[in-house]
Amino acid sequence: MKISREEVLRVAELAHLELTEAEVETYRGQLDSILTYIEKLNELDTSAVEPMAQVLYASESENPALREDEVRTCDVADAILAQAPDPEKHYFRVPKVIER
Amino acid sequence: MTPGTEWGIASVRAALEAKKISARELAADFYARIERRNKELNAFLALSPERAYAQADRMDAARARGETLPALAGVPVAIKDVISTRGVRTTCGSRILETYIPPYDATAVERLEAAGAVVLGKTNCDEFAMGSSNENSAYGPVRNPVALDRVPGGSSGGSAAAVAAGLAVAALGTDTGGSIRQPGACCGIPAMMPTYGRVSRRGLIAFASSLDRIGPFARTVRDNAAVMAVIAGHDPNDSTSAAVPAGDYTRGLDEAVAGLKIGIPAEYFGAGMDPEVRQKVEGGIEVLKRLGCRPVELRMRHTDYAIATYYVIATAEASSNLARYDGVRYGLRVPGGTLLEMYGKTRDRGFGAEVKRRIMLGTYALSAGYYDAYYLRAQRVRALIARDFTEAFTQVDAIITPTAPTPAFKLGERTADPLQMYLADIYTVTGSLAGIPGISVPCGKTAEGLPVGMQIFGPHFSEARVLQLAHAFEKAGGFGG
Repeated sequence: MKISREEVLRVAELAHLELTEAEVETYRGQLDSILTYIEKLNELDTSAVEPMAQVLYASESENPALREDEVRTCDVADAILAQAPDPEKHYFRVPKVIER
Repeated sequence: MTPGTEWGIASVRAALEAKKISARELAADFYARIERRNKELNAFLALSPERAYAQADRMDAARARGETLPALAGVPVAIKDVISTRGVRTTCGSRILETYIPPYDATAVERLEAAGAVVLGKTNCDEFAMGSSNENSAYGPVRNPVALDRVPGGSSGGSAAAVAAGLAVAALGTDTGGSIRQPGACCGIPAMMPTYGRVSRRGLIAFASSLDRIGPFARTVRDNAAVMAVIAGHDPNDSTSAAVPAGDYTRGLDEAVAGLKIGIPAEYFGAGMDPEVRQKVEGGIEVLKRLGCRPVELRMRHTDYAIATYYVIATAEASSNLARYDGVRYGLRVPGGTLLEMYGKTRDRGFGAEVKRRIMLGTYALSAGYYDAYYLRAQRVRALIARDFTEAFTQVDAIITPTAPTPAFKLGERTADPLQMYLADIYTVTGSLAGIPGISVPCGKTAEGLPVGMQIFGPHFSEARVLQLAHAFEKAGGFGG
């Protein structure tokens, strides 16, 4: 068994997912079989291979240059706040985090 | 002929220029067809008639003034629902974004409209583009217009179905592990994944940022090329967008392909492939040979590790990207006594089963103690898979494979076994990991009448060559074969 019930609960906590009891058991079984399948990567010797985090092109000129750091107007605050579940003036309101 | 499928980009232009129809009449015609077919197909999640008619009127006014019309003037298009559209609801196929209305357009959408295209609406997809059958949409599955009891493929199933059913002339989809090419194959239309960085991702709601790409669906290769010519190119607002000039992909399409070397990798023709798929793709290779292409047998030794590699990297990136859905700034909020309770309840209620499964897998792969064993190892194997392609492209101009191991499967057939579903992407994820372009072109139908797709891969930024081969294949009758 690759993944225990405790690990599933720990991962759900890290991912901020409040799973139901049924979900915990389903995911444990499914993650277990997926992780078992992924084990096949251990068949390869990758000790001399650099990890590939992103697609790198053949030449430097193909790589995107950083753009100039210049001030540009960005007047979208109201449009963005209009999407918020509980906005107040220029804030996103959330349940109280710090007790005083 | 299915009504609507008679329209292509060139015939829309010709009809507008000859004043046989106005852009407004054409848009109304497509909306009428959507009205008739969408209940059955479930391809569209939202329609944007105000926006479409305003754009159509702009094109009609330009025509009345005698102006030269832009490349896609009046062409009715559909946009996958993971791509942002200003003022038009964009759900990503998820409950968590059920009410989300983006305040801006994706660059690809801006470019389509600047070229005169008429955005009809948003197409259904697997939730956050995670799936190969469209059954992971919170708004119900899409049905395959070719066979209504079958899936349209996924995740861009709505875009593929809309174009195949004549409800749009072209559509945008996104491809992270096969989500453009596989539904293209399932619905029997050509569909292209461009090189990573070729089309701006700005406004594409992220699933796996190192893999995500926007690309076209259309009923001909030429129309795929015409859409590519509009959406490709550098975007200063996407730091992963490539500074390589794009050019007009419709030019040079008719150049001869004789003498091109096509690689046939043994690993893509092994066990697990449907015999009819094998027969059709081998028939497709014969067509290319008749056109003068020279086949070269290849070995690509890390192919068998691609699904495992992909499902570590894509889920790790997804777990990070989807952390933003917390009920604070947009989308669903389920109240909780504390902030953490609010996060947990919102995400449990808002996300569907496959999205949660992937977030769990990705979080696990990135967590302390497992990062090296899973994530870092997968990134190393990704480099080996990319190297297989780099080495192959020193010998050949393009690589030919099946797009998917089977034709479209039945609705519900694979939902119980996530791993079985992941294997639908076995021939497409390799190119996703390597960052290269690939197109799926129809190469015939099974005895039951289900379309089969043949995939053409090329080196980075070889879209022109890939499209040229696909077009030559189409002209040679490859699609009917």
